[in-house]
Amino acid sequence: MIRPGFSIFLISAAAISYEILLIRLLSIIQWHHFVSMIISLALLGYGASGTFVALTQKWFVPRFGIFFIGNAILFGLTIVGSFIIVQQIAFNPLEIMWENRQFLRLLGVYLALFVPFFCAANCICIVFIRFKDQIHRIYRFDLLGAGVGALLMVIMLFKFSPATCLKILGAAGPFAAALLALSLHVSWSRRAALGFMLFGCTAPFIWPQEWVSLRISEYKGLSLALRAPNAKIISEHFSPLGWLAVVQSPTIPFRYAPGLSLNCSMEPPPQLGIFTDGGAFSPITWYDGSREHIAYLDYLSSALPYHLLEGPEVLVLGAGGGMDVLMALYHQAKNIDAVEINPQVVELVRRMHADFAGHIYQKKKVMVHLAEARGFVTEGKKSYDLIQVSLLDSFSSSISGAGALTPSYLYTVEALQEYFHRLKPGGFLAITRWLKVPPRDALRLFGTAITACQKLGMDDPGQQLAMIRSWKTATLLLKKDVFSKAEVSAIISFCHERSFDAVYYPGITKTEVNRYNLLEEPYFYQGVTALLGKERNEFVNRYKFHISPTTDDRPYFFHFFKWRTLREILALKGQGGLPLLEWGYPVLIATLLQAAIMSFVLVLLPLALLTRNIMAGRQRGRIIFYFFCLGLAFLFIEMAFIQKFILFLHHPVYSASAVLCAFLIFAGLGSGFSKRWSENFERLRACANGLPIATAVAGIGIISFLYVIFLPLMFQHLMYLSNLWKIPITILLIAPLAFCMGMPFPLGLSKVAYARPDFIPWAWGINGCASVLSAILATILSVHFGFNLVIEIALVLYFISAVILWRPLDKTT
Amino acid sequence: MNKCRVILFTFLVGIVSAGMAFSSDSDEYRAKRERMIEEIEGDVKATSRRIGKKELSKSVMKGMANVPRHEFVPGNLRRSAYENRPLPIGYGQTISQPYIVALMTDLLDIEGDDIVLEVGTGSGYQAAILAQLVKKVYTIEIIKELGEQAKGRLEDLGYKNIAVQVGDGYYGLEGLAPFDGIIVTAAANHVPPPLIKQLRPGGRMVIPVGGAFMTQQLMLVEKRNDGKIITKQVLPVIFVPLTGGH
Repeated sequence: MIRPGFSIFLISAAAISYEILLIRLLSIIQWHHFVSMIISLALLGYGASGTFVALTQKWFVPRFGIFFIGNAILFGLTIVGSFIIVQQIAFNPLEIMWENRQFLRLLGVYLALFVPFFCAANCICIVFIRFKDQIHRIYRFDLLGAGVGALLMVIMLFKFSPATCLKILGAAGPFAAALLALSLHVSWSRRAALGFMLFGCTAPFIWPQEWVSLRISEYKGLSLALRAPNAKIISEHFSPLGWLAVVQSPTIPFRYAPGLSLNCSMEPPPQLGIFTDGGAFSPITWYDGSREHIAYLDYLSSALPYHLLEGPEVLVLGAGGGMDVLMALYHQAKNIDAVEINPQVVELVRRMHADFAGHIYQKKKVMVHLAEARGFVTEGKKSYDLIQVSLLDSFSSSISGAGALTPSYLYTVEALQEYFHRLKPGGFLAITRWLKVPPRDALRLFGTAITACQKLGMDDPGQQLAMIRSWKTATLLLKKDVFSKAEVSAIISFCHERSFDAVYYPGITKTEVNRYNLLEEPYFYQGVTALLGKERNEFVNRYKFHISPTTDDRPYFFHFFKWRTLREILALKGQGGLPLLEWGYPVLIATLLQAAIMSFVLVLLPLALLTRNIMAGRQRGRIIFYFFCLGLAFLFIEMAFIQKFILFLHHPVYSASAVLCAFLIFAGLGSGFSKRWSENFERLRACANGLPIATAVAGIGIISFLYVIFLPLMFQHLMYLSNLWKIPITILLIAPLAFCMGMPFPLGLSKVAYARPDFIPWAWGINGCASVLSAILATILSVHFGFNLVIEIALVLYFISAVILWRPLDKTT
Repeated sequence: MNKCRVILFTFLVGIVSAGMAFSSDSDEYRAKRERMIEEIEGDVKATSRRIGKKELSKSVMKGMANVPRHEFVPGNLRRSAYENRPLPIGYGQTISQPYIVALMTDLLDIEGDDIVLEVGTGSGYQAAILAQLVKKVYTIEIIKELGEQAKGRLEDLGYKNIAVQVGDGYYGLEGLAPFDGIIVTAAANHVPPPLIKQLRPGGRMVIPVGGAFMTQQLMLVEKRNDGKIITKQVLPVIFVPLTGGH
């Protein structure tokens, strides 16, 4: 049994590693919104395999060895092969609202990536059926492998490029086949095992490099930058936080100065471009210590707070290549604390390109901190005259809505409150965002700041807020105390000298807005005054975009879409109205639809067509409903906690790895425990029918409830720790919840096995379908209603399922 | 003799059928182009309040009606060339939605004797439209392959008043300045100061703002006769962000 166990361990580890790796790979070649699709298609692979193996077991169980080995080899080959096919499919999400073929291509991507998961699941399912008597042992190997795999990929991503990780993972299939061959005790097993081992060793090298090289969307910033003559990548750096490409473009320099005043006659000095995952851009600006060469920085809207302060103590959040640090140096800041999450970015500025960057990160007054912005602010003690939140995302991704489904904890009510607490008296928080017309980001930011002010106990937030706009950016100021008349005058002068428009400052009137960069209506001014007025809620409700304040529970700052506006936007397609819609959202809806269709076609339809005893009779509804509810509820909670822990672990890949690892291992342990536990219940004759499930559900409810209330507080106190500590803490926190969540499924299944064993494939199938849907549905619900509501819905579903199977299933039906 | 007849017959049939194919091909595109023009006119009427006029300049619409857009898109997309949508042209670039092209051209407010600079040639379609309306169009493309393709295409189509250059558009063409109109179709995070200098007083500059396939708004820069710069954000659509009464 040990050898099949190790084979299963290897397959499970590789499958979950592949899931994590795909999140990285698709983030690089496309954008960051495929997380739920990948989780969904992994589950579809398992669901479809459950149906396939259940229906074909009489042919394949006697040929167990061949079936396992064949699928393991196919798994190894398709890990790489499927990704190569995906790169060949000309899927362009930017075109999805223009061309229906893109939906078909998205389906092609979905199906291609489904295959490796289907093969991996075939290996696992056939072992479960072949070794029925040792099912709990196999399950342990399966879940342990999955848990280890989730963390293993994070470690691998520190050491290897994503393409290399892909090739290495491809070797897992042949090695698993070799291990299984050794356990078969047939004449050819040793020779076959040796052959598979050799294949496994050579597998990473069989793929030509150009086949697996990442083909980044030609519309991403990096691809476009490399089109310039003589532009080239001069260094690349990999980590789970992202793929960094440093680009030099000597012939046509970058000249990054977003929204530079038209009154500025200076040109930015040469810059190197740091691209993260081929998209987000941060420049390293050439600096020789001369203020004259960086004087253009004073013509950006983000320079405003320096005109209200003298020699300030500055905190720059998201320092990146150092543009905001340079701005602070230009304005003779007294001291600058620069916070950057990615150590590789800091190394680029501090060592590799230190001469080019003028050693800015080594200057006496500059202190660089390797930390995540929220964590640094929450745990630090120092106060600042200015906290500057950098413009971190790229304009094209912001304007097109690529980040609509990416949570951002930098711009939430809670975040703004924490920033506020770190301001000195008279200090400013400054946040700059890209400008969109009609306004979206700017109004949401302003509204979020108002809510933060109200929560901080301010009676009149309007006295402490100001906002200006250039033609491409908007800068918000939140002051620790009320603006003085001199400060308001300084804002007016700053805007006048640069032809920037004031959106709001205390005492502003309608005649003072919309002067330089003319809009048909003073939309920004109208918006912020409505937000400050009594009719705020009505305004937010009537506004055609979602601009309600973002919170840690619903941190989707870049999601503005409202369903009721869809028809109007689609009608304006011919007149250039489509950019009013963020494309990330239609892609998600398309993914949900195709997941629904594919899970029906691949999981339920074969069952309906090929099983003679179709679900009939009185029991049908109860069984279907029970397993459907469980499928939805489990993934709702899992997905909500993956998103919640991004705040704690700072990156979706860390969060997905740690939370998935914990759920897999401890739900597995819970499942194993549930068998012995229910047997004890039956021995004691203590309402054995419904009590075990109800008890597990009660456990889930209590723990989830406590986490909803206390997790924010725990995060606040533990935020300062490094991820080396935070990942084990995450696993420990998830453990009891996952342990309880692992129980209702096997408990329900044992009831079905007792009453109607012929319904078991259906129970698996329906649960699988619900899981496939819920991975995506959870994201949609989170975007609209927040994580806590998703958890609450899951708890209601668990409660319903406990009620459904409270009464025993009737064996006679 | 019979052999000669067969050859002659085949030759004649070949010529006639090629001619018919050519004729039906151009007829098909002409019909599509006419439909495209009607569609643009309809969209302009729908947005007349926003753009401040009931119709675009007749010369702009005539230019749109004359330029064979299907010659500016990749071969596999020719059938979609006259749909009112942006299309990919390779190298991460797109040919803009016809309605947006018409609107941008109209916003430039140019006349027959004008000299216009375009930064970001792309396929050359915008330059071809402008060439119908002005004396001379200078266009600069950063991507060598695209620039050379556009140059060849525009020459083949007989445009004599377009000069295509491959290079950095940031500095414009100082030696040929000032320009009556400048259009910056290449993505810009800021308006290059040299281009503002090269705009003639009374001239206009148009910059589409947005990503690929997504022209969010048009930035209109006007240099008044006294040298003062005024900028406007023109949203191509009528979209009032508030529902009910506003």
